[in-house]
Amino acid sequence: MTTVVEPVDRTAIAVRAQALGKRYRSKWALRECTFDLPAGKVAALVGANGAGKTTLMTVLAGLLDADEGSAGATGRVAFVSQEKPVYRNFSAGDMLRLGARLNVVWDDSRARRWLARFEIPLDKACGRLSGGQQAQVAFALAIGSRPDVLMLDEPLANLDPLARREVTAELLSEVGETGMTVLLSTHVVAELAGVADYLLLLAHGRLLAGGDLDELLGRHVSYTGPRSDVPPALGDIVEARHTDNQSTFVVKLPEGQPRPVVAGPWTERLLTLEDYVLAQLEATRKGARA
Amino acid sequence: MEFRIDRSSGLPAYLQLVRQVREALRLGWLAPGDRLPTVRDVVATSGVNANTVLKAYRELELSGLVEARQGSGTFIKARLGSTDPEVMAALRTRLAEWVREAREAGLDIEDIDALVRSVLSEGEGVAVA
Repeated sequence: MTTVVEPVDRTAIAVRAQALGKRYRSKWALRECTFDLPAGKVAALVGANGAGKTTLMTVLAGLLDADEGSAGATGRVAFVSQEKPVYRNFSAGDMLRLGARLNVVWDDSRARRWLARFEIPLDKACGRLSGGQQAQVAFALAIGSRPDVLMLDEPLANLDPLARREVTAELLSEVGETGMTVLLSTHVVAELAGVADYLLLLAHGRLLAGGDLDELLGRHVSYTGPRSDVPPALGDIVEARHTDNQSTFVVKLPEGQPRPVVAGPWTERLLTLEDYVLAQLEATRKGARA
Repeated sequence: MEFRIDRSSGLPAYLQLVRQVREALRLGWLAPGDRLPTVRDVVATSGVNANTVLKAYRELELSGLVEARQGSGTFIKARLGSTDPEVMAALRTRLAEWVREAREAGLDIEDIDALVRSVLSEGEGVAVA
């Protein structure tokens, strides 16, 4: 049997934030945050600790009111917070029955399939399940509600490497089948290649970069060569590192122009997502110091 | 075939998939008429985004290597680089000769590799496939 996965309508916007700001007392946790997340994307929300990732997600999920600007999501939203909340005295089976009652739309077979996939016992109280298993119950509940937009705050934290890979693959299968939009925050940037196709990068409560991942990375190059004050190609310098006899630059190439050719002693390297994120975060730290 | 994503590579994931199909063709693991795994299978086995797989298959289709048949999947259409075997053999002989010369001049494998790369990168930016 063959399944043809239909490309989703790429023009639709799933999540929109406009000049979004959230303040805790006098301190702004989020400021001037503007982006449009197209439907059907798997977006990674990345940033240092305290960058405002959880605040942004909580506001987008409608659980917290913004102090300025506006936020909106198209269709039904499911949000799984970092704590992966479950009722301790309820079994996984009870949680599913609860999900069926509390949600307007409920797909019981989908939720059960998720639990079966990760071998979660249905009759045991959630309080007696491991942290990883409790997370799976919370995921199953979110998946069962058939959301148009699924927001996950640090979904992979507390999972072992194998479970991380399996959860990612299952999640992407669900995305492929339902066309839902996913927004997930994570620290594990190195595991996102091929998983996320959209990036939202936060630093100090502000959006540093946002957009299609391949496009963002494709516009950046890393050059290494002899000690020099300028990189071998024109563009904005994102990061510059120097030793006595060697220089390394991360350069953002000008838009709409062919990739420059560098020759001689310079070598160029494509940027990984991790390289890109680290260079960007490093740049803001230096900027804050100056 | 099963795809593998090298997450430490700067090459975009969809281009890694494209490259793996081309490699399989070059090595004869895939031949015209063979069906590529469904998008769903690739997502489940390799943990990549369906959009990434679709993008890779679209790229392969644009380059004329595969064709999507409505409702039945994506199939290999053409062979890759049907260079004349005699021409290949001649090129190989000359390359072997060149490598011998380079070794006699004291170059080791890394030197040779660097030299080849620098010649290849002349005048063509970054080669992606």
